[in-house]
Amino acid sequence: MKAVVDLGGPFAHAPTSVRWIMIQVLGALAPAVLFDLWLFGFPAINLFLVTIASALISEALCLTIAGKPLQPAITDGSAVLTGCLLAMSIPPWAPWWIGAIGALIGIGIGKHVFGGLGQNLFNPAMVARVALLISFPVPMTLFVAPKPLGSVDAPGFLDSLAITFGWHFNLDALSAATPLGYVKTELSRGVPVVDAVNHGASALDLAIGTVAGSMGETSAVLLLAGGLFLIWRRIIPWHIPVAMLGMLLGLATLFHIVDPGRFADGSFHLLAGATMLGAFFIATDLVTSPVTRPGQLVYGAGCGALVWIIRSFAGYPEGVAFAVLLMNALTPLIDRWIRPRIYGRTRRGDPLTPKPKT
Amino acid sequence: MLTAVGSLTVLGITLGTLLGIAAKYLAVQGDALEAELEGLLPGSNCGQCGFAGCKAAAAALAAGNAQVTLCPPGGRAVAATLAAKMGHAFDAGGTAEAEPLVAFVHEGRCIGCSRCIQKCSSDGIVGAPKQIHTVLSDACHGCGKCVSECPTEGIEMMPIPVTLATWHWHKPAPQAIDTRAKAEA
Amino acid sequence: MKLFRIRGGVHVEHRKELSSEQAIVTLPLPAWLYIPLQQHIGAPAEPVVVEGDVVLKGQLLAKAGSAVSAPLHAPTSGRIAQIGDWMAPHPSGLTQRTIILESDGRDQWCEPLLPIDDPFAADAKTIAARAAECGLVGMGGAAFPTAVKLDLGTRIKLDTLVINGAECEPYLTCDDRLMRERTDEVLDGVRIMAHALGVERIVVAIETNKPQALAIMTQAVAAGGWSKITVTGIPARYPMGSERHLVHVLTGRETPARKLTADIGVVVHNVATARAVHHAVRHGRPLVARVMTVSGQAVRRPQNIEVPLGTLVAELIDHCGGLTEPPARLLSGGPMMGQPLPGRKVPVIKGTSGILALSAVELHGGPVQPCIKCGTCVSVCPCGLVPLEMASYIRKDRLDAAAKIGVQDCVGCGSCAYACPAHIPLVHYFNYAKGRLSAQEREQRKRDRIKRLAVARADRMEKIAKAKREAMAARKAAAKKPEAVAGSAQA
Repeated sequence: MKAVVDLGGPFAHAPTSVRWIMIQVLGALAPAVLFDLWLFGFPAINLFLVTIASALISEALCLTIAGKPLQPAITDGSAVLTGCLLAMSIPPWAPWWIGAIGALIGIGIGKHVFGGLGQNLFNPAMVARVALLISFPVPMTLFVAPKPLGSVDAPGFLDSLAITFGWHFNLDALSAATPLGYVKTELSRGVPVVDAVNHGASALDLAIGTVAGSMGETSAVLLLAGGLFLIWRRIIPWHIPVAMLGMLLGLATLFHIVDPGRFADGSFHLLAGATMLGAFFIATDLVTSPVTRPGQLVYGAGCGALVWIIRSFAGYPEGVAFAVLLMNALTPLIDRWIRPRIYGRTRRGDPLTPKPKT
Repeated sequence: MLTAVGSLTVLGITLGTLLGIAAKYLAVQGDALEAELEGLLPGSNCGQCGFAGCKAAAAALAAGNAQVTLCPPGGRAVAATLAAKMGHAFDAGGTAEAEPLVAFVHEGRCIGCSRCIQKCSSDGIVGAPKQIHTVLSDACHGCGKCVSECPTEGIEMMPIPVTLATWHWHKPAPQAIDTRAKAEA
Repeated sequence: MKLFRIRGGVHVEHRKELSSEQAIVTLPLPAWLYIPLQQHIGAPAEPVVVEGDVVLKGQLLAKAGSAVSAPLHAPTSGRIAQIGDWMAPHPSGLTQRTIILESDGRDQWCEPLLPIDDPFAADAKTIAARAAECGLVGMGGAAFPTAVKLDLGTRIKLDTLVINGAECEPYLTCDDRLMRERTDEVLDGVRIMAHALGVERIVVAIETNKPQALAIMTQAVAAGGWSKITVTGIPARYPMGSERHLVHVLTGRETPARKLTADIGVVVHNVATARAVHHAVRHGRPLVARVMTVSGQAVRRPQNIEVPLGTLVAELIDHCGGLTEPPARLLSGGPMMGQPLPGRKVPVIKGTSGILALSAVELHGGPVQPCIKCGTCVSVCPCGLVPLEMASYIRKDRLDAAAKIGVQDCVGCGSCAYACPAHIPLVHYFNYAKGRLSAQEREQRKRDRIKRLAVARADRMEKIAKAKREAMAARKAAAKKPEAVAGSAQA
């Protein structure tokens, strides 16, 4: 009779799959997404849908060019997740082509050029965001204050179409600075950071999210809840968020004590900007983060440190995207140097010497 | 500007001279490479590479007159080590691993003439005049010279049979498999 | 007692409820038995009977082939119909030499060996020799000859005997039932083995998903008043039954790579092996049958059965009510480390702890997807390896790179492949790599041997030629001399 060698290995399996992981991550993002879509109204909803649709279309296009079958890749949820994270990283009232081009860059250059799922070196959503930021600085830095659905000056559905799909909509009258942007601008005008922070949004506003910013920069509390859910489900390790937030908090607090006029305090850094989104959803991207626990701690700490450095010293008010991309570049090195110890061997790889028995 | 041109010229001439001296006095002796390559080859002088023995094959390799894939009994493993020694990249996927063959004496046709024994370079055939001969497969490196010697065509090259002790799992097929197995036929 | 933690491992769905409450039944005697000559690690056994011989149950059929080997005995009385090739219970589908026995239905025992009256006064060599004579091998699945592991105490200083009652594989419940129903036999065997090994401490480790077995064994030990024996529950985490990891959990000692647990003073034996030692020493009976679990959703009535060795799997399944559906997988052993069987007409052997007929639903299979580098495999590997990196090297035919990061240290437990969300067959890659690397080593050794032979032959030919030349020269010199004498005489 013929050999049964089509598949060796265990014939039992945990009830898990790549799609299920993606679905759970999307589920963890859902509360924050829904809140933000309500917060910023129809234009945000339009942009969100356009970005996700573009992500799926780009994925299909890239798979076809690569000669790979569409199933199961198109329905495994990774393109939708990338689109979702990208939509949360861009200004909610941006024109539709920002979302579309971003999705194409993210999926095409950030993912498929490297070889598809699992092969990319950099976080695709962050690649897209940074490319957009550098190429189209004006639309990417035009933020609006929240205009919740149903509130007085929120645009109706038809108006929102004009905002998202119109060519010449002037947002200048509505634009507002993000908390981080405000602090940086004030600092460049000579206003001490402490005053700027107090003058700007309150901590509660930052936590709940009723501030100007991209969708991911708001609703810290909901994102934190989603992140804790993912940790509980063991989809992301706690090591990365804890290291990142811990390092950020530590550095910020330390330097705030040294010079409060120059450096913002820890809670501001944690709550403002895309910190929560970055710590729980972006830095923890499975493909681009290290695989060992100690390596993840190093990676998270590096992200946190870089976020703080960029926010405090660099030209951009928000540093999460750059920090994550820089640490992504170090991930292969971290994986190479930080390995678990093989059972029965020393760290160097030699077999253990049996201890003399007493 | 003159200083710049002058200093670079001096530097160039000095370094070039040094390189020339090194090329002359520090050159790797051809013999050393040849000896090392010979050490990597199987050493059974079967002649399948087309050269007169492993020493000649090593000389040809060192001179660049032969490919690293010249040795069939050595297979992919030897080709890879030769390539590594000579500093070439070796694409394992391009070569087909020839199945190793060993000689087998059909005892019904053996007349005990011992001509095959005289040809075998690794003492792989056991026998005596007028006695039936047999091949020790552990000592046979598959050169095939005995086959052409046998007057009754009593020797045949056969693939080495797989036993329970030597069988191992094959490489899994690329991502076309589905671990949801089909029902047993 | 204090337990230590090991890294990694997975919580598998243990699915033991399918057969854990089924008491051990005995299979009615089959008409034909197929006894392979290789049922153990080591050299195959060599037949001492020929076709046509009439044998009694327990009679020696084949003697041990070498120092590391085991003899085979007739599972029932009958006639040797043939000694030839039959399909082996091995995924390769290859055949192996098998003794085919036609039963005469009388199931008549031969004269048993003399029982060892007081095993606790006998020395280790006697007990080990008895184990060897009775063909005992490790019944946990590895089938290592027990005799070799029983007189280790004479060569190495040992302090602990661990009895492996973990049974961490899903579905299998044979050891569980043995501990519940044949408690005295098991404990007697345990004490005999401990005496042979010369150890001071005995630990019986049972996973906490077997509370009845834990209770019964603890009670029996207390009733016997054997203070050296400790019965302890261990967490039900796969792969607790792995020798090195079990020893680590119980004693905190880590077995160095490429060494045995005996090198750190601990010997591990399976529960069923202990029972077999009891039968061999107290009753002089060789190993001719074993308890195994037949389970899986595709089996109509999962059971724990005492089966004569050499029974065909088809008969076993028929006894359990047959199949409810064509199984997606037919396995020997557990689902994690068990081997797929090439068909149903293969015999069960000494190391078969279970036969599983699994339906597709139970497999939780899925299409293989690209690795998403989630790192789950790294966190569950009990050996501290990086499966995703090794698999990626192996996929690109870089086996040496995979060996460098430790693929040879992989025990093949399957935790990584169990947990992989992309359903990548990781263990299949590693088994391929290990097999290829062994084959390469074998080929290298063969090349070295042939080189030595070729050089030796060339030298010999050289010497012969030289001797010929010298002989020729001497003859020429001798031929010239009489001429010179004659010449000078003439002159």
